Amino acid sequence: MREVIIVGSGPAGWTAAVYVARANLKPLLFEGDEPGGQLMTTTDVENYPGFANGIQGPELMDVMKKQAVRFETEIISKHVVSIKKIEGGFEVATDTDTLQSKAVIVSTGASARRLGLESEKELYGKGVSACATCDGFFFKDKEVIVVGGGDSAMEESNFLTRFASKVYIVHRRDAFRASKIMQERTMKNPKIEVIWNTEVADILGVNEGRVTGVLLRDTEKDETREMKIEGVFAAIGHEPNTKLVEGLLDLDEKKYIKTIPGTSKTNIPGMFACGDVQDAIYRQAVTAAGSGCMAALDAERYLAEQGD
Amino acid sequence: MEKVFTDDNFGTDVLKSAIPVLVDFWAPWCGPCRSMAPVIEEVATEAEGKMKVGKMNVDENMDTPGKYSVMSIPTFIIFKGGEVVDRFVGSMTKEEVLKKVESHY
Repeated sequence: MREVIIVGSGPAGWTAAVYVARANLKPLLFEGDEPGGQLMTTTDVENYPGFANGIQGPELMDVMKKQAVRFETEIISKHVVSIKKIEGGFEVATDTDTLQSKAVIVSTGASARRLGLESEKELYGKGVSACATCDGFFFKDKEVIVVGGGDSAMEESNFLTRFASKVYIVHRRDAFRASKIMQERTMKNPKIEVIWNTEVADILGVNEGRVTGVLLRDTEKDETREMKIEGVFAAIGHEPNTKLVEGLLDLDEKKYIKTIPGTSKTNIPGMFACGDVQDAIYRQAVTAAGSGCMAALDAERYLAEQGD
Repeated sequence: MEKVFTDDNFGTDVLKSAIPVLVDFWAPWCGPCRSMAPVIEEVATEAEGKMKVGKMNVDENMDTPGKYSVMSIPTFIIFKGGEVVDRFVGSMTKEEVLKKVESHY
């Protein structure tokens, strides 16, 4: 049986791996089906300490991975489908393999929330995108909308103006919840126009096989209208990836893993949680990394106690 | 071995290929494309002889992605006898890609 298995490859997972590896506990890390996590679809990361000039999201994940590899973290590029409690530890399974360990660190993060429309699924990759940094390129001189009002909506909108002729931000309230600096940057951008108090009721173009427009609903007057548009980017927050541990670990009402305050401990001894999967409040790369360190130290202590 | 497809060789290497072809539309600036690169390389090795696997850089080749309405990357399209038989978008594991690939041998 292995000592520690880490599930997830964002800043929390890689930081946990560095600490576990340096404690000579030979971590095994599963990268999952979104390797690198949310930062892989982020451009400039300007608030991660240690990078005076900022760093690109994928670049940051790349160096974190390299650091974990340097201390001999074993990496499996697979998606974990189940975790079970067994005598003396846990059983972690992918579609093809089953591995056992004494402790498990869950750092499965959060994934971008979708609008939840049938047309969104149909038109995904045909004008509907979940990654502005990947797909902005395909919208040169076209008009697009970004749905949302937080930092990621601001960042994506600003990024998209490099390509799109016009970016409309559709927001269901009359104010953004984004940080001041991001709001200012957005409001100053001449290519961005905000459509307040409005939500996307439907995306049009299923028959054409590409996005041709959207159906907008005014949330105050409850009126709908059609708008011609070629691209739809949703930036309406994230959902924790906790399907894997549902029924095993205690989750809060928003489905985040509950940890004992001030620790990474879950309700099951030997299972630890770190990063966005247990953090509905801060959700920063640096807080994820910090909690990854906590999980590694908690796991190390747990294993030492078991050995006594 | 993974192939490199371009607008120029697409007709002969993909559309006229004797065996099915998986084309990975990607670009260097796309994070998920980068993390899929090693996955696709392994798929290429496992599918050797049964399916041709290769990538097309959408930054250097504009015609083919345009023709097939590629608007998100990574987009993966499987061609058989010059026709599109499967298409999927975004990150996934090697097992998931292999499942799709093997269903078109």
